[in-house]
Amino acid sequence: MNGVHDLGGMDGLGPVIAEQNEPVFHDEWEKRMMGMFVSCFAGGHYNVDEFRHAIERMDPAHYLETSYYEHWLTSLETLLTEKGVVTQAELDERKKHIAMEES
Amino acid sequence: MAHDHDHPHNKPLSEVELRVKALESVLTEKKLIDPDAIDLIVENYETKIGPRNGAKVVAKAWTDPEFKKRLLENATDAIKELGYSGVQGEDMLVVENTNSIHNMVVCTLCSCYPWPTLGLPPVWYKAAPYRAKVVKDPRGVLDDFGVSIPEDTEIRVWDSNAELRYLVLPKRPDGTDGMSEEDLMDLVTRDSMIGTGLAASR
Repeated sequence: MNGVHDLGGMDGLGPVIAEQNEPVFHDEWEKRMMGMFVSCFAGGHYNVDEFRHAIERMDPAHYLETSYYEHWLTSLETLLTEKGVVTQAELDERKKHIAMEES
Repeated sequence: MAHDHDHPHNKPLSEVELRVKALESVLTEKKLIDPDAIDLIVENYETKIGPRNGAKVVAKAWTDPEFKKRLLENATDAIKELGYSGVQGEDMLVVENTNSIHNMVVCTLCSCYPWPTLGLPPVWYKAAPYRAKVVKDPRGVLDDFGVSIPEDTEIRVWDSNAELRYLVLPKRPDGTDGMSEEDLMDLVTRDSMIGTGLAASR
């Protein structure tokens, strides 16, 4: 399927900028995301092709503007809600609760 | 759970952080994930599964002709001999750099990368500029990395996919004849195994 993810040969995206001595993770939430991906994969909730396809279904602008692990987060939320493992309402409710507790 | 409060309370959580926390909390409550298992997975990728593994493969290939032969014929099995296999490295192909060929690896569609030998990919490997540019202008990408390859060297770019992952076998630097496998490992950089770099000189 054509899509924004099919980046090979696209012009105008700028030079490749490599970070020196890059850490494996840049933020705590990236670590949790990586671990959840592996855990849910091991739990049989999706295969890697489904997971990648859910990333490819992202809105093109959102795809280009967001970081790699945010792609993963979006994919995991999409698949788990589509499969009925969790509901969007549950996630929204929990987010509100955590935001309140943190403030 | 230690990771509940591992950030200073001086700035509000971002939307992304909230989404991640909410997802982890709901999945944990449903007993679909175990936060301690996540800690362990993270620790493994931070400390055990990284480019030192690939460097071991390369240094062994440089010093053991029989291993190198097996590696180029059936990379998956040869790499498994050293204990590196599993998720995102199920099927491997090793491509050898020579005086006439320089290989580079990309995943234009996403981020396929040989985890057991190189660990998790760096941000630039997964970001748009590298994926877009390397298949069209590999020498331009090498410039971005400050690497120059002789004009008459053929550059081959390999596009990874979910079924097959690539590892570049870089050229052994000149003047390293007497070095041990252990010492040679230190010359094998991550980028030299992706093809955006060369093995370091001693």
